[in-house]
Amino acid sequence: MTAHASVRLQVDGQPVEVPEGASVAAAVARVAPTRFRDSVHGAPRAPLCGMGVCFECRVRIDGRVQLRACMVPVREGMQVDTHG
Amino acid sequence: MVERCDVAVIGAGPAGLAAARTAAGHGARVLLLDAQPRCGGQVWRHDVAHRAPHAARSAIRAVGGKVDWRPHHQVVAADGRRLLAETPEGAVAIEAAHVVLATGARELLLPFPGWTLPGVTGAGGLQALAKQGWPLAGKRVLVAGSGPLLLAAAATLRRHGAEVLGIHEQASAARVAAFAAQLWRWPARALQAARLRAALTGVPYRCGSFVRRAFGTTQLEGVELHDAHGTRQIACDHLAVGYGLVPNIELAALLGCALDHDTVHPRVQADELLRTSVPGVLAAGEAVGVAGLAAARIEGALAGHVAGGNEAAARALRPARVRARRFAALLARQFALDPRLRALADAGTIVCRCEDVPLAALDGCVDARSARLVARCGMGACQGRICGAALAELGRFPRGGLRRPPLFPARLATLAAFLQPTIPEIEP
Amino acid sequence: MNGYDLIVVGAGIVGACCADEAAAAGLRVAIVEPATVGGGATACAMGHLVAMDDDPAELALARLSLQAWEAFSELPEAEFSRCGTLWVAASADEAAGIAARVARINASGGEAHALDAQQLREVEPALAPDLCAGMLAPREAVVYPPRMAQHLVRRACARGAALHRRAVQRLGRGGAVLDDGSVLRGPVLVATGCALPRLLPQLPLRPRKGHLVITDRYPGQLRHQVLELGYADSAHGSDGSSVAFNVQPRPTGQVLVGSSREFDVDDAAVSPPMLARMLQRAFRFMPALRELQAIRAWTGFRPATPDGRPYLGAVPGHADLWVAAGHEGLGVTTAPGSARLLLDLILGRTPAIDPAPYAPSRVLP
Ligand SMILES: Cc1cc2nc3c(=O)[nH]c(=O)nc-3n(C[C@H](O)[C@H](O)[C@H](O)COP(=O)(O)OP(=O)(O)OC[C@H]3O[C@@H](n4cnc5c(N)ncnc54)[C@H](O)[C@@H]3O)c2cc1C
Ligand SMILES: Cc1cc2nc3c(=O)[nH]c(=O)nc-3n(C[C@H](O)[C@H](O)[C@H](O)COP(=O)(O)OP(=O)(O)OC[C@H]3O[C@@H](n4cnc5c(N)ncnc54)[C@H](O)[C@@H]3O)c2cc1C
Ligand code: FES
Repeated sequence: MTAHASVRLQVDGQPVEVPEGASVAAAVARVAPTRFRDSVHGAPRAPLCGMGVCFECRVRIDGRVQLRACMVPVREGMQVDTHG
Repeated sequence: MVERCDVAVIGAGPAGLAAARTAAGHGARVLLLDAQPRCGGQVWRHDVAHRAPHAARSAIRAVGGKVDWRPHHQVVAADGRRLLAETPEGAVAIEAAHVVLATGARELLLPFPGWTLPGVTGAGGLQALAKQGWPLAGKRVLVAGSGPLLLAAAATLRRHGAEVLGIHEQASAARVAAFAAQLWRWPARALQAARLRAALTGVPYRCGSFVRRAFGTTQLEGVELHDAHGTRQIACDHLAVGYGLVPNIELAALLGCALDHDTVHPRVQADELLRTSVPGVLAAGEAVGVAGLAAARIEGALAGHVAGGNEAAARALRPARVRARRFAALLARQFALDPRLRALADAGTIVCRCEDVPLAALDGCVDARSARLVARCGMGACQGRICGAALAELGRFPRGGLRRPPLFPARLATLAAFLQPTIPEIEP
Repeated sequence: MNGYDLIVVGAGIVGACCADEAAAAGLRVAIVEPATVGGGATACAMGHLVAMDDDPAELALARLSLQAWEAFSELPEAEFSRCGTLWVAASADEAAGIAARVARINASGGEAHALDAQQLREVEPALAPDLCAGMLAPREAVVYPPRMAQHLVRRACARGAALHRRAVQRLGRGGAVLDDGSVLRGPVLVATGCALPRLLPQLPLRPRKGHLVITDRYPGQLRHQVLELGYADSAHGSDGSSVAFNVQPRPTGQVLVGSSREFDVDDAAVSPPMLARMLQRAFRFMPALRELQAIRAWTGFRPATPDGRPYLGAVPGHADLWVAAGHEGLGVTTAPGSARLLLDLILGRTPAIDPAPYAPSRVLP
């Protein structure tokens, strides 16, 4: 492993620390790995493709909804909210 | 704002990187765009915890300074030859004399009971998530599906601390042996395979074995495996399952490029110089058919020569390309899917994950359009990328509606950027 | 054996309503539709059930139809949602016209109220803050047209109608000749939407292209179908291309954004510049739309007659030949009333509304 700086952000109000360059998905995985969003019938869903095509990892980031957690790198102070 | 350049390369995987560098080497002004935050594409995806392989580092270094590299640029629409990319900062319109489509491939994910449970991912999918920092230390992961990607994925997962319980390849042992026996023809491949095997010592590799079902209540608890000896259950935290790759042809289709439909999953049609049916538009790498890293790099360079105006150099790469492409045929033959995999989903299995549409809701639907109209299948945010490819593989109907913007969900403001604002003032 | 009391050609929302009404009246009905039922213009529509007050004849037909739609308000297939219609003024002129429009709608048996700036913001907070007047028709609704057409065809078939999965090649020989050469005998009702000129070239009709975009789910973002009061100018106005602000909350929480109008375009492809023009218009009224994620765009063709009214009635010069087509951008709304009027005429009942404004003979010398 190489040494790396880390980034602090909040997921569902909880503080999380992840390596710099990690995705928001990796941060959510530390708090709510099994419920990124609710399906249209209310079932829990989490990332499937890891590469931006399935849209199962959508979360709210800094107030903007329906963003793909696997496509957005973490930033210091980010506020991320799952299911809704 | 419209940006003009000589060559716009879409996709910064091995093919796109090679195309961009090569075209720039001929003096072309090159824009290299990718939706991802880092270059490298799938195989060279940036890993937050581990150094990239040498080839990746040198390919990425080679474009530095010579190419206008635009991360976070997702091409979402096109009007004639004008491309529209969405970025976190807004929309960017691009006009280029040549466009190189190096849009790569995605995983083929097939529905089976339980596949919507959190903890079930693609094989390359979990690999990608791990590289982005998804914590796997101490997690029990079962890898399943088909093709050499399973080995690459398993090696990455293990390197990130996962306990890989086993790799379950659906192809028979005889097929896999026949594949391995041919590998010496592609020395780089053979070397890669040997390295992967070394990295995976102690991990069982089972052929003729597939996952029939995943179980769990709110998350994955285990899977049901099937092979010649029967059915058994294994407890695990993650199931990483993928059935090979599907070329990303959506942008090509939108630009009007002809597609090859001789296989279930269409590929971009390209001639020996990788020219598509649309003048000025070239295609390289997995988008023209899944053939792996070596083919992607050669094709990228070839397309880069053509876009940079040096056809002689491009022609010189043709033999190497033909050799690398033969690998694709071998892959397709030896890892052909067991027909039983197409029958795993039952009536209640969700096929369209965006809209929660079960397979039974598609009874009577004759094409992708009627499935949308009657059952909402394919109407969600993934725009039918997952369910459309799966249903085509299941033999239901081919994917439809490929030629419409937006290519990916995009902000309305982005789509409005095709015109300068010309709205008459509204009187208060 | 193949003698029918009515052969309905085309199973869009108009043909489906006619077939349903005819089967309910006890007629032996044939429905001829080669493609997906409800898969034509009907599948492309917004599904807004709305009374437009700028033409008294159109208003009468809409009123009759909206009453009929009430019967489907609980039907799952209709996906009926009573979101109401909110009209907003973009100019002082439009604002000044509101009182008269409210009066016309109330006089026709509908319900409408004028709203001031504050009321506008209360009922639809996402509207641009400088908009200052509007009109609310609270009882209007939206439906999902293709599923509705399919439901009506199924219901007609349950009452004995026969669905023929063929196209009508030509009219004549005491009925309709199908594209496999077979003949269905009986009176014919042509409800083929934009394809009307192929069977009845004497009735002028032009396809009028429209664009729509739908977003991801944003529950609570939008409450009403919201249109600019100038929408009718775009809908019924000149030959040129036009856009108008027209947004709809789908029951899923998605937002459907329209609308554009263009003649003389036969390519069904989404035109990015037209889409952009339409969206910029929409942002002027509802800036918050900019941030929503579009997931699909599509186009459709409205069947437009020269005067904007549908052809409903007997085709002059032919015995037993009827037409119900040319509903432009209102065919989902006015399909049930059209069916009622047609069946009144076919069966010799007293027509529910005055049929003269819709008589096909109006365009013939
Ligand atoms: C998830 C996954 C993991 C893989 N892992 C391995 C591995 O470990 N080893 C291996 O040998 N092979 C792997 N492969 C196979 C891999 O596809 C090839 O080896 C190689 O990466 C192909 O290179 P490419 O340049 O053709 O495409 P890719 O590497 O797939 O690159 C395509 C790029 O185009 C971008 N793109 C696509 N559409 C747009 C658009 N509209 N706008 C902007 N950008 C766009 C994508 O974001 C992507 O970065 C993997 C494939 C997948 C799908
Ligand atoms: C973008 C857009 C938005 C709209 N929004 C609304 C709205 O919000 N509210 C509203 O009220 N209206 C709306 N409309 C208008 C509405 O969609 C149309 O007026 C209505 O659908 C017309 O219905 P139809 O049955 O006449 O035509 P269609 O739905 O086109 O049906 C005609 C059918 O005839 C069949 N056919 C054609 N030729 C033959 C043949 N030779 N033999 C057999 N069958 C044949 C076709 O296959 C087709 O299924 C909208 C239209 C568009 C384009
Ligand atoms: S995991 Fe599929 S889009 Fe993010």
